[in-house]
Amino acid sequence: MTDQTVRAPQTVTRTPRTRSEGEEAYLEVNDLHVQFPTADGRVQAVQGLSYSLPLRRTLAIVGESGSGKSVSSMAILGLHDRKSTWISGSIKVGGKEVVGMSEKDLMSYRGADAAMIFQDPQSSLHPFFTIGDQIMESYRAHHNVSKRAAKARAVDMLGRVGIPNPSRRVEQYPHEFSGGMRQRAMIAMALVNDPKLLIADEPTTALDVTVQAQILDLIADLQRDFGSAVVFITHDLGVVAEIADDILVMYGGSAVEHGPVEKILGTPLHPYTWGLLESIPAVSGTPGALHPIPGSPPSLLAMPSGCAFHPRCEYRDRVGGDLCATLKPELIPRTADLGRTSRCHLKEPDKVFETEVLTRLP
Amino acid sequence: MTAATTTAKSGVRSMEGAPLLELDDVKMHFRTKGDGLLARGTKWVQAVDGVSLTVQSGETLGLVGESGCGKSTTARLITRLLEPTAGKIKYQGVDIAHMSERQLRPYRREIQLIFQDPYSSLNPRHTVGTIVGTALRTHGMVPKSGELKRVQELLEVVGLNPEHYNRYPHEFSGGQRQRIGIARALAARPKIIVADEPVSALDVSIQAQVMNLLENLRSELGIAFVFIAHDLGVVRHFCDRVAVMYLGRVVEEAPRDALYEKPQHPYTQALLSAVPDIAVVRGVPPKQRIRLVGDVPSPVDPPSGCRFRTRCWKAQDICATNDPVLEEKAPDQTVACHFAEPPVESIVAEVV
Ligand SMILES: Nc1ncnc2c1ncn2[C@@H]1O[C@H](COP(=O)(O)OP(=O)(O)OP(=O)(O)O)[C@@H](O)[C@H]1O
Ligand SMILES: Nc1ncnc2c1ncn2[C@@H]1O[C@H](COP(=O)(O)OP(=O)(O)O)[C@@H](O)[C@H]1O
Ligand code: SF4
Ligand code: SF4
Ligand SMILES: [Mg+2]
Ligand SMILES: [Mg+2]
Repeated sequence: MTDQTVRAPQTVTRTPRTRSEGEEAYLEVNDLHVQFPTADGRVQAVQGLSYSLPLRRTLAIVGESGSGKSVSSMAILGLHDRKSTWISGSIKVGGKEVVGMSEKDLMSYRGADAAMIFQDPQSSLHPFFTIGDQIMESYRAHHNVSKRAAKARAVDMLGRVGIPNPSRRVEQYPHEFSGGMRQRAMIAMALVNDPKLLIADEPTTALDVTVQAQILDLIADLQRDFGSAVVFITHDLGVVAEIADDILVMYGGSAVEHGPVEKILGTPLHPYTWGLLESIPAVSGTPGALHPIPGSPPSLLAMPSGCAFHPRCEYRDRVGGDLCATLKPELIPRTADLGRTSRCHLKEPDKVFETEVLTRLP
Repeated sequence: MTAATTTAKSGVRSMEGAPLLELDDVKMHFRTKGDGLLARGTKWVQAVDGVSLTVQSGETLGLVGESGCGKSTTARLITRLLEPTAGKIKYQGVDIAHMSERQLRPYRREIQLIFQDPYSSLNPRHTVGTIVGTALRTHGMVPKSGELKRVQELLEVVGLNPEHYNRYPHEFSGGQRQRIGIARALAARPKIIVADEPVSALDVSIQAQVMNLLENLRSELGIAFVFIAHDLGVVRHFCDRVAVMYLGRVVEEAPRDALYEKPQHPYTQALLSAVPDIAVVRGVPPKQRIRLVGDVPSPVDPPSGCRFRTRCWKAQDICATNDPVLEEKAPDQTVACHFAEPPVESIVAEVV
């Protein structure tokens, strides 16, 4: 009757990979700025973002809405409209410079070197074409093969992303798929050309938790099989804990904290990250009071001077003088841990976390 | 009715000793046009199909479940924006399920609704003062002369600047708009607020601010809540009891701690185990993971017997033929499953 089987519960555990020294970066973002001139002024959506990511590793970019997660990631795929966007800095993917790349080169780069999946599958699936036609078209854009071969590839890809009965489903239209299946189909389309970099922009935010769990497992499996680098954008720190090796926390267009997931979530060093952790009502532990960050995110038209977080920061009084309001901190190692960086003037942030913040977490 | 009913000055009747709110086998079937050549005639979307719930005065009941399981429909039934196809909706023991708009008027004041979307639920052409003031006037809460003062009091209660009563919704952020919606609901001095995903559209730091506000209101004003959310962390934080819905029905209802620590329905167990838990990176051992296959079936044509059976790993033949009823399986914990039992291992991560 239904084409699904019911499986017994399974216990899955995953441990983040530790970075082996000297792993070469596949993605390198350097001092990226993205601005949009508007009638109200210049929207400074991304302000000096730098990070790198080797193959076989997942980087989660977290931050509240408007912090620049999507804008910076769309720049990696060269998706911004040239006329209305001002971009500077460098984005290298597999050695190729993407900033300033010609439209023609972008066409062959997109899909083959890097691909993106979005929160809303509707935005990348056309309602009038079958799922199969759309995957075949993506494949044939980069491979000179017959329709028949492309179709076999589409069926294979649908099977790999866990769509039951792929040879029947390949003929169907997006509206015949459920939300979770559409998300799977979009992933199949993104991966059809074996891109070495996959960018997933909130791919599970619109899904129910049980379906989200399926998609997270799928992305982790596929990454293992394809050996790609994955940038996973989300605002859910629980999802980060499950899927990421590294985290980049963004606030007001800049990275404020970056490093391996167990370090950043285990002993975060930036007051904004503390605020995020203290805002999450957990499903486990003793339910305690939430300790939200006061105020609201900054306007990108009029960024605060100094540290962008200073108008909301409860720790700025502990920094001498008026430093927080006048000087933007550098993203640098703050403790003996060299594998991680944060952007804050506060002294001994690790001690502040251990003695004050940690006691308030559930 | 034999038990003593009294009528308050407001016109609201109540029966002695009855709970504040009680839903008894409530159904809401929507008629839809059949689509395609084969589907001739009408079909019925069984959005809510036999929901029974109780909320005591001052208590908070959480309602969770996947998209489309009937949470919002239940909210619209309780607030009588919809008239149920069947069943009783009793407010203080008096059935309001089929009352006319006129009869309902005094009840509308006491049962308020807060919406998910702070953007679309406020009239963009009205100032905040007008929005909250209209609610005061509709329910005859204060004389005209005292209106502005009360509006400003309410803005203050929800943490907005009382001087901003002259501003329009677009001049406020998402979190602030949700506060305006809360002020509007409080204007009527309700006894119960049905909050349909009140914090789902908000960023986590703003969500925490609004949750703390609701928490304070609840403890200071003693208002009961039906709190709908799909975020199980949010519900755990806010609710005394939790009901889990699946495909138009309540499949489990229990006090908060029992539901999160000893869930007995396979669906509740799967739902909890699917929540990504951040505690894992802080050295808490990973939980057992149950992965459901497939999606929720259509409410137009739900499976026979137990509605969860197409995704349940414990399903037996009896599940396809016999519809399990909600039964008390532990003190105050009701479960609708032929094979209900607490999980062997903890579902959510345990703190060591
Ligand atoms: N007026 C209507 N006519 C037909 N079907 C309806 C109507 N309102 C709701 N439904 C259907 O009833 C079911 C339950 O809808 P409801 O809005 O209550 O779900 P929900 O649990 O609130 O979901 P979500 O988490 O997505 O908000 C869905 O299948 C929905 O499509
Ligand atoms: N085309 C555009 N024109 C003007 N502003 C834009 C444009 N695209 C994005 N922005 C602004 O840039 C900021 C960052 O957006 P985005 O990266 O989408 O945030 P998020 O972190 O939520 O993904 C937001 O303030 C957004 O409104
Ligand atoms: S630099 Fe100052 S204001 Fe910014 S996060 Fe650190 S302590 Fe707070
Ligand atoms: S009644 Fe059967 S199918 Fe339904 S939840 Fe229980 S075991 Fe699963
Ligand atoms: Mg975004
Ligand atoms: Mg809803």
